[in-house]
Amino acid sequence: MQLELRNVSKKVGKSFHISNVSLLFEPGALNILLGPTLSGKTTLMRLMAGLDQPTAGTVHFSGKDVTGVKVQKRNAAMVYQQFINYPNLTVFENIASPLRIAKIGKTEIKERVDKVASLLKLENMLGRNPNELSGGQQQRTAIARALVKGADLVLLDEPLANLDYKLREELREELPRIFAETGAIFVYATTEPSEALLLGGRTATLHEGQVTQFGSTIDVFTKPNNLITARTLSDPPLNTLPVVKLNGRMLYKSHVEIPLIGKLPQLPDDNYTIAFRPHNLYLNRRKNTDIRVKAKVAITEITGSESYIHTDVAGVRWVLLASGVHKFGINETIDIFLDPDTFYVFDRNESLVVMPETVAGV
Amino acid sequence: MIEKQVNQKAWFMVLPVFLLVAFSAIIPLMTVVNYAFQDTFGSNQFYWVGLDWFKEIIHSERFHDAFFRQVAFSAIILTIEIPLGVAIALAMPKKGWGVPVCLISMALPLLIPWNVVGTIWQIFARVDIGLLGHTLTQLGINYNYTQDPVAAWITIIVMDVWHWTSLVVLLSYAGLSSIPDVYYQAAKIDGASKISIFRYIQLPKMQRVLLIAVLLRFMDSFMIYTEPFVITGGGPGNSTTFMSIDLVKMAIGQFDLGPAAAMSLLYFLVILLLSWVFYTVMSNIGEESSNGGV
Repeated sequence: MQLELRNVSKKVGKSFHISNVSLLFEPGALNILLGPTLSGKTTLMRLMAGLDQPTAGTVHFSGKDVTGVKVQKRNAAMVYQQFINYPNLTVFENIASPLRIAKIGKTEIKERVDKVASLLKLENMLGRNPNELSGGQQQRTAIARALVKGADLVLLDEPLANLDYKLREELREELPRIFAETGAIFVYATTEPSEALLLGGRTATLHEGQVTQFGSTIDVFTKPNNLITARTLSDPPLNTLPVVKLNGRMLYKSHVEIPLIGKLPQLPDDNYTIAFRPHNLYLNRRKNTDIRVKAKVAITEITGSESYIHTDVAGVRWVLLASGVHKFGINETIDIFLDPDTFYVFDRNESLVVMPETVAGV
Repeated sequence: MIEKQVNQKAWFMVLPVFLLVAFSAIIPLMTVVNYAFQDTFGSNQFYWVGLDWFKEIIHSERFHDAFFRQVAFSAIILTIEIPLGVAIALAMPKKGWGVPVCLISMALPLLIPWNVVGTIWQIFARVDIGLLGHTLTQLGINYNYTQDPVAAWITIIVMDVWHWTSLVVLLSYAGLSSIPDVYYQAAKIDGASKISIFRYIQLPKMQRVLLIAVLLRFMDSFMIYTEPFVITGGGPGNSTTFMSIDLVKMAIGQFDLGPAAAMSLLYFLVILLLSWVFYTVMSNIGEESSNGGV
């Protein structure tokens, strides 16, 4: 059992919502579609479910071409951002509804509903109506409804986006266990890089209807093929710096010099983009090769255990993530340090040419 | 202890409204009450009669007939207009140029003054010059609303359906458009049939607007006056003499102010009671399905 998209495109009017996407999903694993709003996640899911037909390309299930097959015959289930339940049916009847449509016997329905209800911790809620439940429980009911029919493909379209922080964390922790217990192919769409990383599994990063990279989530995070992928799977946002390498020197705006260490000397003369993560920007010198830069503080966000210091450095906005509480005044000038060992370098086509030493070794 | 400041200014703000309501509602109502408990033989001489007028009205066959005609009329109107309105709303397009076209053509009957609606149908249904009446007669159907009570009822019911179903349609359509598209998508993935989509998604989501529609249509149909007055004048015989027409006949036609006052108070109490029943049912069911789902 596999789900494969081969060169799938979806054109609406004159614009491509999805262009030339090829993906192969294995069962049992959690597959994440990560991308900002309007990057094509929902469109892609609708194509996988069979709610829409692709303009070009084919969808294969277990090797069989199912491109033209209607959604009712695909054995797919979907969970949405909104909590979609039948408003005047009890939780039990809600979960049982796909089984009733499939004309399954009473005793088996009870058995299967009870099983999935205990998996989602809904045992004590079965007699209630959805409007008597919290948002988290309503979404659990919707997930239970998707799982109960034993679908081969379960699509989750930002299922946690409408939940408050606490419930989201609670359900997110449970999801990998729930996914592991059912053998289906799970596809999970999210806009949040941290959610993708917390859930693990495999991630496909989407940008303007195209898959920019697909692989295990950690790999995509540590070894992004290109700048767009790196930006998509990075929260807080990646810090970048456009530089020019010329005659053995690397310069930003022809006056800030970047010392050529590690793999940087081997790069041919050209335009590059240096990128590094907020936690690789430091408030004090750690190595001799660190570069000291004068930065003006724009704003400091303190979460308690960490501080996000937004700084302006010669016209670019960088975010520095430091542990603990740091208080700086607005417009205060501070010294910050860059570690060239942590640099990702992308060429003029935004493809990765140099990755940090620590990552390359893994 | 701090003395709580009482702001007396509010009373002055309320006073104009109070005066207005007093002159437009309370004083006329009290006049009616005054007539209901007294008898007069002209020259402003009044005699206290207690509940006599009420007893007379309650025991009069005329009142019973008008009341049952009224109840039957409202029941027929509700059983036709509510399902028809919902069906039309379901059939209406969800997007595209058809939406404004449908909405505007639906709203048109609601914009026509009631007596004009009555006049339109009065002429439309006439056997000699009316398009409907003449055509039916030509087809050999015995239709004459001025002579046949059944024809008169059918005319008034068809007119009311034509005039007011739009209201139910517009309310139901508003209820339907508040259902997010994902509900239909989810039902489609579940493989639910059109009937179960209606039964388990659309109907529960429309419940509250539908109850408002029922309440409005009930009150309006129960108080119908203008259209039957224009079309049939309550005839033939008394067959379309609904409660308000009967009341006006009694008060203005016969100038029996005492019984008419008693009857109008009873009429008012009946509407109040039935509306209260509808409202209670509405808010009870509303509470059950409020804050539900999305």
